[in-house]
Amino acid sequence: MLRPDLAAIADMIAPNTRVLDIGCGDGALLEHLKQTRGVDGRGIELSQQNVNHCVARGLSVLQGDADTDLAEYPSQAFDVVILSQTIQATRSPAKVLADLLRIGKRTIVSFPNFGHWRVRLSLLVNGRMPRTRALDYPWYETPNIHLCTIRDFTEMAKDAGAEIEKALALNASGTSAIHADAPGPNLFAEGAIFLMSRRGGVAWGPTAGRAGSS
Amino acid sequence: MAQTANPVFLRPVSQPEADPGKAITFSTPLTLDCGRTLSPFTIAYMTYGTLNAARSNAILICHALTGDQFAASRHPLTGKPGWWDIMVGPGKPIDTDRFFVICSNVIGGCMGSTGPASIDPKTGKPYALDFPVVTIRDMVRAQAMLIDALGIEKLLCVTGGSMGGMQVLQWAASFPDRLATAMPLATAARHSAQNIAFHEVGRQAIMADPDWNGGQYYESANPAKGLAVARMAAHITYLSEAALQRKFGRELQDRDQISFGFGADFQVESYLHHQGMTFVDRFDANSYLYITRAMDYFDLASGYKGVLADAFRDAKARFCLISFTSDWLFPTPENKRIAHALNATAANVSFVEIESDKGHDAFLLDEPEMLATVRGFLNAAAAENGIA
Repeated sequence: MLRPDLAAIADMIAPNTRVLDIGCGDGALLEHLKQTRGVDGRGIELSQQNVNHCVARGLSVLQGDADTDLAEYPSQAFDVVILSQTIQATRSPAKVLADLLRIGKRTIVSFPNFGHWRVRLSLLVNGRMPRTRALDYPWYETPNIHLCTIRDFTEMAKDAGAEIEKALALNASGTSAIHADAPGPNLFAEGAIFLMSRRGGVAWGPTAGRAGSS
Repeated sequence: MAQTANPVFLRPVSQPEADPGKAITFSTPLTLDCGRTLSPFTIAYMTYGTLNAARSNAILICHALTGDQFAASRHPLTGKPGWWDIMVGPGKPIDTDRFFVICSNVIGGCMGSTGPASIDPKTGKPYALDFPVVTIRDMVRAQAMLIDALGIEKLLCVTGGSMGGMQVLQWAASFPDRLATAMPLATAARHSAQNIAFHEVGRQAIMADPDWNGGQYYESANPAKGLAVARMAAHITYLSEAALQRKFGRELQDRDQISFGFGADFQVESYLHHQGMTFVDRFDANSYLYITRAMDYFDLASGYKGVLADAFRDAKARFCLISFTSDWLFPTPENKRIAHALNATAANVSFVEIESDKGHDAFLLDEPEMLATVRGFLNAAAAENGIA
């Protein structure tokens, strides 16, 4: 079974498109997209063992780092670029996002929401760096060096010239459409998924209309 | 057009029970990059496993600078196990129970394929330096003729490390329709300045040996000292500082203290001497000149106005590139450069960097993660191409 956040991402992707999954892990999403949607997928993954899993699944995955390798990719090379649960662990999130918007005609980013009420309450009550189910690391060991709230991300995305086409709140109970600027989700969503394109970029119809484009 | 016989080796066979493989002689001339032709010419090769009825399970292995066709079986001259014994054989990652494996000696080599030690039909004497300078592309052209002669339209995979990897890349560029997958290891799409420099040291060592005699030594003594020095220098580049330190440190050889002389005081010196000496027993000095030159000349992008991606414009194969962290001869960035060029053409490419302190030679050694990568990649390739 595909993880619920990955399933929600998969639902945003039209059949037969070219997809780049950055931080693709063991390739579960890419394999799902290949099998169910005929997607022509590529991955980038930091862990060598995960790359091995992907290669054994017949997937095309490069061992590499989102912080350093994205510059090498040509512009508009993919219909969709995915960065799931990784942007908060990159050294330069703004640069990474700019690259994603350049490489992909559409960009999907999911991330944990540091504005969730439990995180806020934990800091307020305990006076210590919050540890939640989604972010369960002590401050000195966390790979999540650039945490943000939904509002923070929305602002950065707009600054990067992104058009937010769709935003989903991600909770244990599932996903629901949200308005990125609304205060509610920033307090109540554990995570979020954003579907974006570059504002004023290439003219672009709805995803479904692009079926078979690659 | 082509005739099969037993291969003729440079030196006498010391292991009569080892399979010498086959040699196929083509009367069709081989047109070379330098403008000359080679005719007739011979390719010596080994095969392992069985070609299936659909002729779809063939894997071509391309050997490195001083390798040969004996990838997975005992060497008929040295008696040593195949150079890729860890990788190729029944149940191994390149599984000869499933795949039909072909490995041929390169043109310019000295293990039965036509090279500088072969007889020039015009003079009845060894070519020596009259042998034309060959390129990686020439080697691949000759291999393609062998694959034709074996009745194989399309290879399931072409693989190899180092210079073998260069041939894999050339295959993908020259014959994009003839391979389903390509797996180059520890290689580069061009030979670097540093690597050309190391090769030049080796060549100068050979040519400085008075026994080399302008390449005319086949009826007298071999330039063994020069070739041994070339091998010693090159061998250092195949290892890593960490591996040398771990293996030898400053340990002394058969003595308790330094000798205040120039004998082999240190184990590492003795080891290098041994590497040099055993090498001259199985290799031809002129072949070493020719094959190192072929590597130096290799720059895949040069045939495509310097744009490497254009070399792969028509590539249809699924690629898997493997590099090693401590390889300073063909370092990860050179391998990644290939991956990025392939990416730019939307080719299917995977890239893995294996953690190892064993240097360039890691691709020949027991590196479990490398073996797992190769096994996984070939399993997926077999499944995709309907091979049981």
